[in-house]
Amino acid sequence: MKTLALLGLLALASTSAAQNIRIVVVSHGQAADPFWSVAKNGAEEAAKEMGVRVEWRAPDTFDMVRMSQLIDAAVASKPDGLIVTIPDKTALSAAIQRAVKAGIPVVSMNSGSDVAASLGILAHVGQDEYPAGVGAGKRMKALGVTKAVCINQEVGNASLDARCKGFFDGLGSKGDVLPVKIGDPTAIRNAVTAYMQKNPTTNGILTLGPSAAEPVLSALEAGNMLSKVKFGTFDLSTGVLNALSANKMTFAIDQQQWLQGYLPVVLLTNYKRYGLMTASDIIYTGPGFVTPQNAKQVVDLAKKGIR
Amino acid sequence: MTARTAAPDERLAPRSPWQRLLSRPEFGALAGLLLVFVIFTLAAGRSGFLSLSGTVNYLEVAAQVGIVAVFVGLLMIGGEFDLSVGSMLGAAGIVLALLIHPDHGHLPLIVAIPITFAVAAAIGWLNGWLVLRTGLPSFIVTLAMLFVLRGASLGFTKLITKLTLVQGIDDQVNTPLGHAFSGNLLGVPASVWWWLLLTAVMAVVLNTTRFGNWVFAVGGDANAARNVGVPVRRVKTILFMLTAMAATLVAIIQVTKYGSADVLRGTQLELNTVAAAVIGGCLLTGGYGSVIGASIGALILGMVQQGIIYTSVDSDWFQVMVGAMILGAVILNNALRSRAMLLRRKK
Repeated sequence: MKTLALLGLLALASTSAAQNIRIVVVSHGQAADPFWSVAKNGAEEAAKEMGVRVEWRAPDTFDMVRMSQLIDAAVASKPDGLIVTIPDKTALSAAIQRAVKAGIPVVSMNSGSDVAASLGILAHVGQDEYPAGVGAGKRMKALGVTKAVCINQEVGNASLDARCKGFFDGLGSKGDVLPVKIGDPTAIRNAVTAYMQKNPTTNGILTLGPSAAEPVLSALEAGNMLSKVKFGTFDLSTGVLNALSANKMTFAIDQQQWLQGYLPVVLLTNYKRYGLMTASDIIYTGPGFVTPQNAKQVVDLAKKGIR
Repeated sequence: MTARTAAPDERLAPRSPWQRLLSRPEFGALAGLLLVFVIFTLAAGRSGFLSLSGTVNYLEVAAQVGIVAVFVGLLMIGGEFDLSVGSMLGAAGIVLALLIHPDHGHLPLIVAIPITFAVAAAIGWLNGWLVLRTGLPSFIVTLAMLFVLRGASLGFTKLITKLTLVQGIDDQVNTPLGHAFSGNLLGVPASVWWWLLLTAVMAVVLNTTRFGNWVFAVGGDANAARNVGVPVRRVKTILFMLTAMAATLVAIIQVTKYGSADVLRGTQLELNTVAAAVIGGCLLTGGYGSVIGASIGALILGMVQQGIIYTSVDSDWFQVMVGAMILGAVILNNALRSRAMLLRRKK
């Protein structure tokens, strides 16, 4: 009974603030992932500013079937706008097309820049993964890296595969992809230590997210390898920024995911209200490079969940 | 085997040291460990697997499973399951990190650690109370707890920090007390020492104390145990509390070592610890098993997981290899155990 009352109260609180526009976000990112909590913060801030209601939905694990079902459920609830991520176009195209066919304006974000237009999506807000990887590879090459390893903490996510592929293409040499287990820092740290022991000539490391970057940093520190290895990562966290400020890392690729949450809400609200939409298919939020030179400025924003 | 004597009571018959070793519950696990070790020595001995740092590498990974597996094993011998240990680890890490964080609790480590253990003990107690009160299988109760704890850590952490990662506690954990969990002794990480210590202590407790006998009794047949005066409820509740506190010890080790906590920590630990206990000879049905076996099981898991990196196996196939080697170790373990049992009966 008490729970029911509480739920009712919550529902009231959210409807009283919301106007008549309701936007549903279906993302593949796990709510527990620090990266996605920042994107969600962006969407929530946009909702507050625009005076609309945003509902955030994501599967518990990286699960495309579940995500497709979430999109279908969102369509059935007839929202005024739908925001989706498209990490796997084969698995999600049908559900997204059903949404478009039902007359729901759809904006995609984060992943799916290559397919968004063909699915009838109004605009895509995000970063192209492959070119971002190429950028990281070129940067490492310029720093003299000859043999590199790409560390993947979410095997099965096509966007991450594209990053690693771009990275090696940009570097101009083949290298290993080391799969690691998200949520187990000791296993990640020791996996890197083991890899470096087996491949001592490796002089470049790329991680695909902060949850892997921090244990890797700890491994490099413990093994006194910071000076001989160039180390870059995708995405920011306080730990990554501190490491950059202290010159322990070479770069972090920032895709400004806060904007990936924020902008689609703004776009859809104005589309719904005034029929306005940007003319470019893709609005790029990245890649931007954060380096030891500019890291300090970003530290405070990261603490607030914006970078 | 050749030392046959015509003793009137087979249980009192003298056995050769070899036979006694064969019939120990951990013998099969030991053989499995040897098998895995030989495989990696042959496949990767030259690329660093055998070196000191390679050894420390897999010991550290094994230790964090092992610390929990010892208690999960005890709980299994006592006839119950705990699927909430992974979430418990994540939740405990968040609790500790928020308690000591300068912007939040700002408590010294020496105060925050006992509080964190107390929270864990309370959750363990709740697990036990729910299982005994409702009569539901502990599998179900702790499965529910798995979700509740994981969700609560996520919800509270985001509510308080807006992020799912608690950072910025390096100064708080960089203290002598913190080093007792994150430091090194004789070049070996503290977590490995904790693991060895707990394995030794709990092996003695299980095999030589009254409480140890009670654990076997409640796992073998709870009703029979109750009828001879074993406090079944108390034994099981204590086991649940110890298991939750073991997961918390690993959480403290991780928070002090990495200066951060995130809500995903400990994902799948529940499966790894049960796997370790089973590899080590603990029966899924309770009443039989060994603490040392569970620790050897954890060592096998750690050795396989890290050892693969030293080989030239393509990383896409890592998990297949991990699975195959675990299965191989268990099959060998079982074959040896049933042989040992057969020998025992033949006498």
